[in-house]
Amino acid sequence: MTTTPLAVTAPQQGFSPVRILIGIVVLAALIAAPFAVYPVFLMKVMCFALFACAFNLMLGYTGLLSFGHAMFFGGASYICAHTIKVMGFTPELGILAGVAFAAVLGLLVGLLAIKRQGIYFAMVTLALSQMFFFFCLQAKFTGGEDGLQAVPRRAFFGVYDITSDFNLYYAVLVIFLIGFAIIYRAVYSPFGQVLKAIRENEPRAISLGYRAQQYKLLAFVLSAALTGLAGSTKAIVFQLASLTDVAWQMSGEVVLMTLVGGMGTIIGPVVGAAVIVAMQNYLASLGEWVLVIQGVIFVLAVSLFRRGIVGEVIAFVKARKEKAGA
Amino acid sequence: MRFTAMLMAAASVFAVSAAHAQTPVKVKIGVLNDQSGLYADLGGQGSVWAAKKAVSDFNAASKGLQVEVVFADHQNKADVGTSIARQWYDVDGVDLIVDTPNSGVALAVSQVTKEKNKVFINSGAATSDLTGKACSPNTVHWTYDTWALANGTGKAMTKNGGDTWFFLTADYAFGHALERDTSEVVKANGGKVVGNVRVPLNNADFSSFLLQAQSSKAKVIGLANAGGDTINSIKQAAEYGIVEGGQKLAGLLIFLTDVHSLGLKTAQGLNLTSAWYWDMTDANRAFAKEFSAANGGKFPTDVMAGVYSGVTHYLKAVEATKSAKDGAAVVAEMKKIPTDDKLFGKGEVRADGRQIHPMYLFEVKKPSESKGPYDYYTLKATIPANEAFRPLDQGDCPLVKKT
Repeated sequence: MTTTPLAVTAPQQGFSPVRILIGIVVLAALIAAPFAVYPVFLMKVMCFALFACAFNLMLGYTGLLSFGHAMFFGGASYICAHTIKVMGFTPELGILAGVAFAAVLGLLVGLLAIKRQGIYFAMVTLALSQMFFFFCLQAKFTGGEDGLQAVPRRAFFGVYDITSDFNLYYAVLVIFLIGFAIIYRAVYSPFGQVLKAIRENEPRAISLGYRAQQYKLLAFVLSAALTGLAGSTKAIVFQLASLTDVAWQMSGEVVLMTLVGGMGTIIGPVVGAAVIVAMQNYLASLGEWVLVIQGVIFVLAVSLFRRGIVGEVIAFVKARKEKAGA
Repeated sequence: MRFTAMLMAAASVFAVSAAHAQTPVKVKIGVLNDQSGLYADLGGQGSVWAAKKAVSDFNAASKGLQVEVVFADHQNKADVGTSIARQWYDVDGVDLIVDTPNSGVALAVSQVTKEKNKVFINSGAATSDLTGKACSPNTVHWTYDTWALANGTGKAMTKNGGDTWFFLTADYAFGHALERDTSEVVKANGGKVVGNVRVPLNNADFSSFLLQAQSSKAKVIGLANAGGDTINSIKQAAEYGIVEGGQKLAGLLIFLTDVHSLGLKTAQGLNLTSAWYWDMTDANRAFAKEFSAANGGKFPTDVMAGVYSGVTHYLKAVEATKSAKDGAAVVAEMKKIPTDDKLFGKGEVRADGRQIHPMYLFEVKKPSESKGPYDYYTLKATIPANEAFRPLDQGDCPLVKKT
């Protein structure tokens, strides 16, 4: 990475008073949220939002559709659950172990997959993730069909008690904000700009002297590690790790969340995750109709508002501004 | 849906207060199962109906209980299942969760139920760990488990002359456990296992495995698999004429609805173990008739009957303890009073949470023998209640005091 970011300048994104105000309001809302909404639901939303944001780093900003992110999500949740339950780790160490595992796995998978693009990249990641699924199905420590159950909720750092959902919420909130800050930083750094350049025109980025492969690999590892963070946190919230998390459907679900929310926008995946998880939770009493509704929403998203919820809002605001300016 | 339930609940309040002038004990029952995936047929809305039927047959309102039934789809995901369970217990005031097929989800829900001190009556899941290593003072396992299925099919078939076995095993923990448990039973009853083959999960082509099974000349081919794998292996076995060739197929985990979707032509001659079959007693037939009228011609499975039976017994216990709030106390009461209802007859709930009743070995009829819709099984053997389930001291359940 000896290149100097000559051609790429970060977009203006100063901390204007309006932005700071919005940030404070959102933070206050997040802190107050568990008083109004059921905390387990909120934690689930945050886990999936982090997962979708990490995934968006690949799909939205690097332009690579990975169809195997479930292996990082589920793999980390197995490692986290196993280290805490069997080896007696505290939650933060369990999460670190999960993240480290996901990062190493991401590096190995990335080295293989990054050589290809488009459908081939998607297929390579899908194939590797299926291999990992069958490994988890067979391996002794994962508990096969039954999964790893009854993961204890030990105190964070040995001091912060998380046995009540209410306390755990704030721990998860901090984890989510850290993860989100890392993604935000990555996207709005020169590194993020290079990724976007590669997405738009890879040969050109290479001709400018950027080592596209290395950038893509780094983005992949980062995305895998953050996905691992989400998976590990989920294992603690639900006190279990199961095959659901490594199955290919999970890889598909995160694509759905990202597309519905708005791919390539920083906040889109969070909105998408909230919408999808809310549907799973609050429409559960409709039985099988949940899946039908999910399908309809996906079709609507793809055919009517292709930029996703947040993407459309941004486009709308922009159009109005331009109108006002003209 | 919910509105009418509320109206009915409100109506029952008035009825009760008029009769007894005492505040009714509120009970909320949540049916948590698969409503959209591969287990939707064997439980699904049928279990919801069975739970509601149990409530109305129990005449809850006249006994000072005000019962409401809700339901949800866990989509076979343990995290969806636990979030619904937590939300039901924490926010919606649910006291009892019933059914819940899929072993992974069931174990997770059992865990949450213990933490929140509510009651979990499982009818749909197979894992015998629910009353073994993972047993809980708040969980009762009602209808069947892997041990009972392996034991029922293995023992009865070996005794009936099927003394050499070949296993077609799904290659993961569940398949291995079924094969191991069944082989032990076969050997203990003087039979012999002549071979086995491990088949990858979700396999589409069983031909080479079935040919191995055929050439092994074993009298019985045991299918240690589940769901789509079982269906596919039975279909392809029919194409190879395995049953016509004199070998017997033993399904270790198969339900009435599976036989229905396979059709008698394909499934004929298959042996299987079940806890309940509609065409056995007058009470069962009456239940099935009513069920069928309300559910578009479908017939109830043993899982649905188990939900009915379990809910009935639970309501008896709540009536005795006068409150549904302390789950462990209700389950303790359930263990104290003997079980007795029109579908499962007399029985008991053991210290480890296992409900005890007889199991039955059935053979699937030939198309020519079947007289009407869902007339599929012939009874081959009855496994008496005291032999049907794993002995109390062999399950490693911490609730059972070692002597």
